[in-house]
Amino acid sequence: MTSTHPAVELDGLTKSFGAVTAVDGLSLRVQPGEVVAFLGPNGAGKTTTIDMLLGLSRPDRGTVRVLGGTPDDAVARGRVAAVLQTGGLLKDLTVGETVRMTAHFYRHTRPAAEVLERAGITDIADRVVGRCSGGQQQRLRFALALLPDPDLMVLDEPTTGMDVEGRRDFWQALRRDARRGRTVIFATHYLDEADAYADRIVLVRQGRIVADGTTAEIKNLAAGRTVRATLPGADQAALAALPGVDAVEVRGDSVLVRTGDSDAIARHLLTRTAARDVEITSRNLEDAFLALTTAQTGA
Amino acid sequence: MTTSTPTRAAVTEPDRRLPALGGFAPGALGIELRRVLRNRRTLAFTLIMPGVFFLIFGLPQGGQSLDNGRPVTAYIMISLAVYAAMVATTSVGGAVATERALGWSRQLRLTPLRPAAYVATKLITAMSLGLLAVVVEFVVGTAAGVRVPAYVWLLSGLAAWLGSLVFAAFGLFIGYLAPAENVMQIIGPVLAVLAMFGGLFVPVEVLPDVLQQVAKFTPVYGMGVLARAPLTGDGVSMAAVVNLVVWALVFGVGAARLFRRDTARV
Ligand SMILES: Nc1ncnc2c1ncn2[C@@H]1O[C@H](COP(=O)(O)OP(=O)(O)OP(=O)(O)O)[C@@H](O)[C@H]1O
Ligand SMILES: [Mg+2]
Repeated sequence: MTSTHPAVELDGLTKSFGAVTAVDGLSLRVQPGEVVAFLGPNGAGKTTTIDMLLGLSRPDRGTVRVLGGTPDDAVARGRVAAVLQTGGLLKDLTVGETVRMTAHFYRHTRPAAEVLERAGITDIADRVVGRCSGGQQQRLRFALALLPDPDLMVLDEPTTGMDVEGRRDFWQALRRDARRGRTVIFATHYLDEADAYADRIVLVRQGRIVADGTTAEIKNLAAGRTVRATLPGADQAALAALPGVDAVEVRGDSVLVRTGDSDAIARHLLTRTAARDVEITSRNLEDAFLALTTAQTGA
Repeated sequence: MTTSTPTRAAVTEPDRRLPALGGFAPGALGIELRRVLRNRRTLAFTLIMPGVFFLIFGLPQGGQSLDNGRPVTAYIMISLAVYAAMVATTSVGGAVATERALGWSRQLRLTPLRPAAYVATKLITAMSLGLLAVVVEFVVGTAAGVRVPAYVWLLSGLAAWLGSLVFAAFGLFIGYLAPAENVMQIIGPVLAVLAMFGGLFVPVEVLPDVLQQVAKFTPVYGMGVLARAPLTGDGVSMAAVVNLVVWALVFGVGAARLFRRDTARV
C-alpha cells in the first residue's frame, strides 16, 4: 500500500442523544498498522464513536476520515470491516451461507473457506446460525469482517458474553490473522485484553479521551505508588508541589499522594508534617483505569 | 483446504473497486430463495394452505357452471391463486421487519450492498415465491380436474402473479414500518380479511350491500377482478383498474418513503 493517509482521523466528534452527550469533542488519529484498544466503562461512548467511524450514524459536530476518505466509501470498497457489539445475523441461514451471501456483495473477497478457517469455524459451517453459541456467532461476525481483507478492522467489544476459553480462542484467531499493515481498533472493558493485544490504549470516559498512549505509557501511569496518611488540615498545594508527585487528594482527614517516589514522600510526611498512619500501596493498571475512568478524582 | 500456512494476498493489494449493480448478485439471490423455501411456515401458508382450501371449498362445487358455462371450480381456483400469491409476496416483503429487528440491516450497511440492491433482491424473491404459489395452486386445480382454455390459465395466472407485486410493496411497507420479528403473525389475519373483501373466498356479490360498496375500495378487489376476467369474460371495470393502480401507488410510495427514512443516517 502506498497510501500515506492516517487509518483514522476523528476531529472534534460530538454526538448527543437528547440530554445525554455520548461523545464530547473527541479527536483521535490512528496510523496504519496500529492496534488500538478503546478502553472505557459502560456508557463511555465507545459504541457511539465506532458507529460514527463506520458511517452508521452521523456526528452532530466534527469530522470523520477513514483511510483518507469517507466511512461510506471505505465500507463500500471493503477497506474497512467491523465486528459489531450487537445483533446482525440471520438465524435461519447456516454459518457457511451467511459467509457466502455476504461475499456476494463485494467485488472481490478472500475465499469463504479461508475466512471460515481463519475464524476457526470450519467445522460448524453447516450449522444454522440460530443454534450457534454466542462465541461461535461472534467468530462468524469476525469471519464476515475478514472477507474483504480490510485495511482497517474495527471490533466493538468482540468478546462480550464469552467465557474465558471463548475469549482466548477469539483473540488467538485475531492474532493469527494479524497481518502487516492492518490497522485494528477494538473497544473493550477488559484491561487484560487491551494490555495483551494492543500497542496503544485510548482511555475514554464520558465521551472524552482521558488518556492515550502506548501500552507501556498507560502502564506507567499506574507504575507509581500511593502514599496515604492521616493529616488533618493538609496543605494540598504544598504537597502537590513536591518533586515526583503526580496527584494529591484530600478526603476528610486523610491525604492520598500518588507518586513515583514514595520513599521521599513518606519521609517528607513523617518529618515535616504532623502526618501519622502512613501507608504505602502500589497501584496497578486496574487502579489507573478506575482512577481515570470513574470518579472525577483530583481533576 | 489448507489449515496451516494459508497463503494470502499480503503482497498484492486487494481489488478495491466498487461492486457492480450496488452489490446486487444472483448468488445472494439464490441463497435468499433457498432460505425462503426452507421456511416451513411460509410454505404452509403460501403453498399448502391455499391448495387445501381448494380441495375443501372448491371441489364440492364441481359440476356447477358460471353464467358463461365455465366451471365454478376454475373461479375458485383462480381466486385462491391470487390469495396464495398475495400471502407469498407479503411474507417475503414483510421479512424485512424481522431482518431489521435482528440487526441484519445494520450488518448489511457494513458491506458494499446498496439499500436499493437489497430491496431489489427482496422484490425478486417475493415475486418468485408468488409465481410458485400461483403455479402450485393451478397444478392442484388441474390435478383435481379443473379444465379451462390455455389462454385463461395464462392470462389469469399472469394477472394473479403481477397483481401480487402490490402486496410485495405492502410487505415492504409493513416491514419498514415495524421492526418486529413475528410480523407475519400480525399481517396474516389482515390479509385474510382483505382477501374476503377482495372476493377471494366468496364472490363480492354475496356480501351485504354496504360491504360490497366498501369492498370496491379495498386493495385486493382490483387484482381479484382482473385475474378472473379472462375466465368470466366480464369486461374489466374502470373501478377495478383504478383500484389496482391506486393501491400499488399507495404501498409503493409508502414503502419507498419508509425505506428512505430507514436508510437515512442519524
Ligand atoms: N440511541 C441512543 N439513544 C439514547 N441514548 C443513547 C443511544 N446510544 C447511546 N446512548 C447513550 O450514550 C452514552 C454512550 O453510549 P455508548 O453505547 O456509546 O457507550 P459504550 O462505551 O459503548 O458502552 P458499553 O461499554 O456499555 O457498550 C450512554 O449514556 C448511552 O446511554
Ligand atoms: Mg458499547
